[in-house]
Amino acid sequence: MNIIVVGGGNVGYYLVKDLKAAGHSVILMEKDRQRAARLYEDLGDLVRQGDGCESRTMQDLGIGQCDLVVAATGEDEDNLIVCQMALECFGVKRTIARVNSPANEALFTELGITTTVSSTRIIFNLIEQEIETDHIVPLAALARGNLEVVSVELSDHSKMVGRSIGEITLPADAHIVAILRGDKGMLPSPKAILQAGDVVLTLVKTDRESELHHVFDGH
Amino acid sequence: MRIVIIGCGRVGSTVARLLSATHDVTIVDRTSDSFRRLGTSFKGKRLVGPATDMDVLRKAGVEGADAFIAVTDGDNRNIMASQMAKRVFNVPTVLTRVYDPVRASVFQKHGIHVLCTTSMAAGFFRDIIEGNACDTFSEQLQAYLDESVQKA
Repeated sequence: MNIIVVGGGNVGYYLVKDLKAAGHSVILMEKDRQRAARLYEDLGDLVRQGDGCESRTMQDLGIGQCDLVVAATGEDEDNLIVCQMALECFGVKRTIARVNSPANEALFTELGITTTVSSTRIIFNLIEQEIETDHIVPLAALARGNLEVVSVELSDHSKMVGRSIGEITLPADAHIVAILRGDKGMLPSPKAILQAGDVVLTLVKTDRESELHHVFDGH
Repeated sequence: MRIVIIGCGRVGSTVARLLSATHDVTIVDRTSDSFRRLGTSFKGKRLVGPATDMDVLRKAGVEGADAFIAVTDGDNRNIMASQMAKRVFNVPTVLTRVYDPVRASVFQKHGIHVLCTTSMAAGFFRDIIEGNACDTFSEQLQAYLDESVQKA
């Protein structure tokens, strides 16, 4: 693939090295002259100095022939405009944006940038998974962030253990969609009895997620 | 009217002072130092924080505001904050200052009033030198873009 990466910070640098090693044709754009010069010494020809939002610079790079633009700067505002310009002004089909503030993911989606990556959210989710007392882990945001799928692993102490799905009262706008037991997945039939170690996948409106804690917490 | 202004530079502080006598104005800037420009006649509220942060915008009262004016020194910051005001908070009137004429023309189509002071100043100067009547802003932006297309 022909890929342009905008932003030569640590994320852009290591991404470009890996993409190149994987056989892609890559260009790395860095706005800052000094940083671009340093990157050039290391990575050579594939580094270009310039502003990824500047139409002339991007046309000179042949952005029209590019398959994918990755906006990987440390500023959400720059990543948003890089992607919007690529999609609307240069006819690039696919863009990926790094989103630093997780709150901006929904905004980016609303504005047409469908693929976003937020390291802040990834790290946050990992920490949530580590915390013993809070087993509710968001897995995926749907419908522009209004709905989410959360996963709950039932501990030995959970008051759900030994009860059937039909007995459980969930908050409004929440539905159990699947039970994972070992390497098997089960549909949530009302008669199924929950066991310790089961992972319960629940679809819930994002603003009601906190209410699930009362349902799944220990005694 | 409730008006939120982001960026307390020369333009931001001036428009804030002009409007604060008769409107409910909140001005947002990254540093409190910039608020010195407001002087003593400014009657509105001041708020420190990044203008592209949802929580900061909410705190500034963008929800339910009648107008939003983006005049920070960053084109991208102005465009992003304006799109948040328009698309997330449904502010009816959104005004944005953008220096780059190409970006100005792209985001003009998004229901945001984009003022490109670069092409405006260049167009006015040309009109005065050539002794012509001054064009409207949109004609100047268009002329600037046409010329850059011809050159490219």
